[in-house]
Amino acid sequence: MWHLGKVILIYIFSGTVFVFGFSIIVAAGERVATPEIPKALATIEEGHAEIMRRNHMDLMIHKRNKTVHEGIRSEKYSLKACISCHAVLGDDKKPVSAASPKHFCRTCHDYVAVKVDCFQCHASKPPPSLVLDRGSSSFLSKQIQEYLR
Amino acid sequence: MMNKNKEPHENTNTARRKFLAGIAGAAGLSIASGVTLFSFAEANDKTGPVSSKVRWGMLIDTLKCADGCNDCVSACFKENGIGSTGRPDTDPQWIRKIEVRNPKTERQISLPMMCQHCADPPCVDVCPTGASFKRADGIVLVDKHTCIGCRYCMMACPFQARSFVHEDLTDQKTDIPRGKGTVESCTLCVHRIDKGGTPACAEACSDTAGKAILFGDLNDPNSEITRRVEKFASTQIRADLGLDAGIRYRGI
Amino acid sequence: MATKFIYRQLQGNETKYYLFLCLIGIIASIGGFSAYYMETNGHHVTGMNNHIVWGIPHIFAIFLILTASGALNVASISSVFGKAIYTPLARLSGLLAIALLIGGLLVLVLDLGRPDRLIVAMTTYNFKSIFAWNIFLYTGFLAVVIIYLWMMLEKRMNHFTKTLGVVAFIWRLALTTGTGSIFGFLVARQSYDAAVFAPLFIAISFSLGLAVFILVLAAALSADDRPLGVYIVTKLGRLLSIFVAAVLYFVLVQHLTNLYATEHHGVERFILLEGGIYTGLFWIGQIIIGGFLPLLLLLHPRFNGKKFNVYSAAVCVIFGGLAQLYVIIIGGQAYPLVLFPGMEITSSFFDGAVRSYIPSLPEVLLGIGGISVAILITAIGLKALRFLPTSLEDSVTDPNVNKAP
Repeated sequence: MWHLGKVILIYIFSGTVFVFGFSIIVAAGERVATPEIPKALATIEEGHAEIMRRNHMDLMIHKRNKTVHEGIRSEKYSLKACISCHAVLGDDKKPVSAASPKHFCRTCHDYVAVKVDCFQCHASKPPPSLVLDRGSSSFLSKQIQEYLR
Repeated sequence: MMNKNKEPHENTNTARRKFLAGIAGAAGLSIASGVTLFSFAEANDKTGPVSSKVRWGMLIDTLKCADGCNDCVSACFKENGIGSTGRPDTDPQWIRKIEVRNPKTERQISLPMMCQHCADPPCVDVCPTGASFKRADGIVLVDKHTCIGCRYCMMACPFQARSFVHEDLTDQKTDIPRGKGTVESCTLCVHRIDKGGTPACAEACSDTAGKAILFGDLNDPNSEITRRVEKFASTQIRADLGLDAGIRYRGI
Repeated sequence: MATKFIYRQLQGNETKYYLFLCLIGIIASIGGFSAYYMETNGHHVTGMNNHIVWGIPHIFAIFLILTASGALNVASISSVFGKAIYTPLARLSGLLAIALLIGGLLVLVLDLGRPDRLIVAMTTYNFKSIFAWNIFLYTGFLAVVIIYLWMMLEKRMNHFTKTLGVVAFIWRLALTTGTGSIFGFLVARQSYDAAVFAPLFIAISFSLGLAVFILVLAAALSADDRPLGVYIVTKLGRLLSIFVAAVLYFVLVQHLTNLYATEHHGVERFILLEGGIYTGLFWIGQIIIGGFLPLLLLLHPRFNGKKFNVYSAAVCVIFGGLAQLYVIIIGGQAYPLVLFPGMEITSSFFDGAVRSYIPSLPEVLLGIGGISVAILITAIGLKALRFLPTSLEDSVTDPNVNKAP
């Protein structure tokens, strides 16, 4: 005679054992290397990377509300600026889009397996009119440096 | 904010205008070498948020709107990166030309129809998450971050102005984010307005012979659009609903 | 009324029960897969478009939500209005209400353009929107009915049943008013924007809820070989006839008022005469099969003392309810917006023309999936807890039958 409660408990218990055991086996095999985050195109002040690493989620929500609801589009609030400075050049010397795992956001987000849906709507490459040149003293570097000051 | 009206009134002093244009050109040339990705006069954290001191609107003169001309539609599609998938039922259309015919008098006109940017928008009232909202300066927008795609605003809009994105989109324009599963409509080219420009449809129409679309600040007593609506009769479509649309029409 | 009813979990054939669960589970997961398909590919794979924005999933969702609210009616009649004859049915009524509501909400949420943003929908509210209020009304209803069931099932809490019954009754009236107001508050469309939608939906919920309740009661008792007497079925049938008549009344008021106003003649002509499928569904589906046929089946003296007429009437009412929702939801969207009264308009966006809608398979599968989830929850509930009375034969339910001392 089956007892419904016992059956459910058995399923939950065996499911937990299975998942736990499986993950141990997998982890004992190879380790996934920590990602190499590409450097930005402009030199920046101290602390930007640390602040962003911890807070970019909340900062982005705050800034997007400022842009959408209040119309504030200056550099500090513009996703365009982030994407332009953090553009990664592909093999064809053109910036890669979020479809490529080399994209700046993806290098970290793929590793931590947190899916972002920003690029379902937003362009993931800088605007085509922007001239990108890593290392040169282009106006872009100066602009970015100025707004980050 | 600059008002980019390009139609000269018959009594305008064109000599003064030419002088001003020359000065502006010289200034532009000298600054051009430093022209950056980010232009001037945009709303930013130093000038503060947009305010209700301004109310953006358009005056559309249907007498000047040519039957068969689609310049405003093409300009909008090009500006916002709207393409066609070959499925007209589900393709978005932020602006469209409507041909209106009076069956009793046979009089026919055509006019462009887009989001009317009402002062009291029903789409804003019905949105459960508040994604459909009215900005302080009168532009009705969809906050795609909060839109859950329930399409209730599409049911509520009396002008059928809203479209739903029925498929994955790629290669969106940088200034115009659009994505699958959210609702969108005419933004009055808010990305241009915030930098002091005019909507693409108004610009395209004023560049051609039509010159039917006039964009401006309805709260500014000196703007061209205010002077015109004070002088000439204009109506709003479905004025009976009391929504106080920002888009006014002349000749319907 | 001294009869104590015994409630027991389902005791019948275990194999058949688990096979039934598996089958319903498979149908529900097919619904889940079609929701996934719709979300991944975008809504262009459905029949819904920029003009008919709500389609089959919404018909099923609103059907299930209205039925859920109406299914609780039986419990309310016993708890709130003190009709002890309905007391043995109250527990099943509560369970069914919860199951149907969950099924309906699932369909509604899975059809969203961005169902991954459900958390946003649950935390960000625009309280001018009736949709936002409905989110609270629906989830609150679940909580209220669960507590109501607890009061009924636990002996020590039985004296609270009436209070919770009143709360649940008022709550479901608010919920159904909210659902009707989804359409009633829309100024844009010719077929909506009418205050009558709130009471109309309340009447629809009464009749649909009772119809589904009757069928589920009969099916559950028969599956477990428990007797169901004619007395209680006849009582429920009489009640159903009152509700069907109420729906007909509100439909009559709605259309008569519209026909009086010249402004609405266009849309009335469309629905009542020239709308093709909508006209057919209105007259044959909603009025005849959903209205007059059940009344005939339930009230004609030829059927006195029978049960099959009540069951067939319930089936007809359900079909009529679905037809009515199709006409309201899809017919209401198909009729073009009147932008320029008196003028003929054409455009590249199909202005001025009656919009077409062809239901697609993913939508229908999603809707059926929602119904399956409701059945699944009911079946599991009946097996797990004591919702179903062991006997509803005449000797225990009919107060006129002589009881042994």
